[in-house]
Amino acid sequence: MRLTGAQALIKSLEMQHVEVIFGLPGGAILPVYDPILDSSIRHVLVRHEQGAGHMAEGYAHVTGRPGVAMVTSGPGATNIVTPLADAAMDSIPIVVITGQVATTAIGTDAFQECPITGVTMDITKHNWLVTDAQDLPRVIAEAFHVATTGRPGPVLVDVPKDVSNAQMDWYWPAGLEDLDLPGYHPQTEGDPEQVRRAAELILGATRPVIYAGGGILKARAAGALRELAERTGIPVVTTLMARGAFPDRHPLCLGMPGMHGNYTAVTAMQRANLLIALGSRFDDRVTGKVSAFAPDARVIHVDIDPAELGKVRRPDVAIAGDCRVVIEELLRALETLGLGPSTGSPVSGTTSAHDGGEGRDLGPWMAQVHAWQEQFPLSYTQEDGGALKPQFVVETLRDMTPDDTIVAAGVGQHQMWASQYWKFDNPYTWVNSGGAGTMGFAVPAAIGAKVGRPDKMVWAIDGDGCFQMTAQELVTASAERIPIKVAILNNAYLGMVRQWQELFYEERYSEVYLSPDLPDYVKWAEAMGCVGLKVESAEEVAPAIEKANGIDDRPVVIDFRTDAFEKVYPMVPAGSSNDDIIVRPSEGEGGR
Amino acid sequence: MSAGPVPSAAVPAVGGGAPPRHHIVTAIVENKPAVLTRVASLFSRRGFNIFSLVVAPTDDERFSRFTIVVDVESAPLEQIMKQLDKLVNVVSITELAPDEAVEREMLLVTVEAGAAARDEVAALVHRFGGTVLDGAGQGGGAAGDRMTVMLAATPGAIDEFEHTVRPFGIVELQRTGRVALPKLGPRTAPVGDTTPLGGVAGAHQGEAG
Repeated sequence: MRLTGAQALIKSLEMQHVEVIFGLPGGAILPVYDPILDSSIRHVLVRHEQGAGHMAEGYAHVTGRPGVAMVTSGPGATNIVTPLADAAMDSIPIVVITGQVATTAIGTDAFQECPITGVTMDITKHNWLVTDAQDLPRVIAEAFHVATTGRPGPVLVDVPKDVSNAQMDWYWPAGLEDLDLPGYHPQTEGDPEQVRRAAELILGATRPVIYAGGGILKARAAGALRELAERTGIPVVTTLMARGAFPDRHPLCLGMPGMHGNYTAVTAMQRANLLIALGSRFDDRVTGKVSAFAPDARVIHVDIDPAELGKVRRPDVAIAGDCRVVIEELLRALETLGLGPSTGSPVSGTTSAHDGGEGRDLGPWMAQVHAWQEQFPLSYTQEDGGALKPQFVVETLRDMTPDDTIVAAGVGQHQMWASQYWKFDNPYTWVNSGGAGTMGFAVPAAIGAKVGRPDKMVWAIDGDGCFQMTAQELVTASAERIPIKVAILNNAYLGMVRQWQELFYEERYSEVYLSPDLPDYVKWAEAMGCVGLKVESAEEVAPAIEKANGIDDRPVVIDFRTDAFEKVYPMVPAGSSNDDIIVRPSEGEGGR
Repeated sequence: MSAGPVPSAAVPAVGGGAPPRHHIVTAIVENKPAVLTRVASLFSRRGFNIFSLVVAPTDDERFSRFTIVVDVESAPLEQIMKQLDKLVNVVSITELAPDEAVEREMLLVTVEAGAAARDEVAALVHRFGGTVLDGAGQGGGAAGDRMTVMLAATPGAIDEFEHTVRPFGIVELQRTGRVALPKLGPRTAPVGDTTPLGGVAGAHQGEAG
């Protein structure tokens, strides 16, 4: 069958079971947009290419399937660089297809020419410049394989216009042996000897903590993690990327560690004598000052990416492998060493002895953990008639939405409050930009998530600064009937920067004020085809959320006017030891 | 595809002082467009320093062999190798410890060698096992005052030769950066490949590697 390169490209995406492309056409990608008209694949027309990239990420976050974005050459391609960098940092599988000027024009500074494979080389897992239409099916198959296996990540395929227009003989690679990837062999199974050593350490530890990262979600290992925790009685911290990987309401869940983690999660890691790091990477926002991080802990580190093992902290036991596979291997090894069978029900938080390790008794450790939880809970005060607290908005929203609601966040204070105060009891319900810290992520990511999971309620919790970066995608959402809901925690500031200036720059506020009503968010929302609501006091919060929850035919934006002085606590100042955690304002300098 | 050395900014290549802590990494890499950039860019992105880098196709033209001398002060060797191995185009990667590798490097150098110094320079070249490529014996003009010499030897021998001819006056100099292959097993190791890196002694063995 003779096809054009463009037809072969779209047919290849169909062969990959792609159901939606987020994109925006332009000159160099024009040939590929023609066969879209004849394809079963849905195309969501974005208003800015960055939106397409974040939508693909949001889609991938909640479905586990690769998100696909398609844009033209030059500025179209450079506009999607930020989502690629974001996806690289958070190991999100997305496939970005860019148009390129004709091969005969490459290198001539042609109109809308940009060497995008060079630009994105360091922020993709891999990229390809296709120079022969006959290669397209194989390269697309390779791109999806690389994006979704091993440590997932973004890939980019650059397709020159003459390649799209050229004729080729259609084929489809029958299997991995038809791909040309001689150097790509991700390892999924753990080394049995290391697994056995890990099991021994687990049974011998008196102060263990499971440090669960985003790798748990990528490996579909939430179930395996829960079994490991319940059968060993070991408490679990879930990093920002792992929120939902272990239920927040589970008695063994300690919540989020790190710079704005809760006291118990941070301190349990500091005092632990064994850290079981599963799909986590000892990010600086988790460890604080590395040399002072968890000083007494031996470390078991499991990661699909061998380069993470020892990158930051030298592990005592390093296991390269897929988290789900390795946890299952670990459970078998623990059984061999005498750990009793599962009780079939969640262990009580105060459980003391478990079978297995001789004299192993987690009772005193869990008692200590519970004492911290009681003494240092997350806290804020919503005063009657007082300024609206952002945490109150998050808690009310949490309580008024289904438990499996998907929450997307941007980056900053609102993101931390969302992560702290939401109760994530289901995996794949939290969509955020962790490693890259990309402001403006929430709105497009929520749209992508809603496209992937139209059956679920999707809320974006956003900041006013973030919202202004990518709000135009609400036009996309209105036009495409993608009814997301957006809660803007509008404190009229670039709040996290303001918080740092207050605490560390002697309240010298430099370029952080945004104004609460410029733009007028309600009018803006309405202009974009959404319902716009404004909330200025605590008593208006619930009615507005109730109204928003009842609207399912268009997006809703609620402008919550929140207290500009509220800060995110606890806080470990940058570069400090986690031992120096500031639990509440009175302990910090300049607190209000 | 081939490329010359990519020297790191700060590390001097010439003799004297303690030798820098170098390791040799050899990688078999798919011979695809931009693969040199991918490798070089990885080093730059991760803050690893390259001391020298040589790349050329192997006997199988689908693959190229990289010989990279890395400065392990900049990062643990293990981390460098693991990050390199993550590149999709990298097929295999091996560390070659100096005592387990056969290494050679080539030097082209143009030396001031007027009538008074000619015989002395020629003798030095001979002693190090080098070859005079240009300017030998012809009278008149620049060719009569200068000599261009090739030396293929261990990097240590090349350092030594460079140091030795420097007083005569070096006009231009190009080193290739080192290439290396693993040593054969003890039973099959050919005589002449047993001298470890460095020293004039290695130079006497000529270009056996």
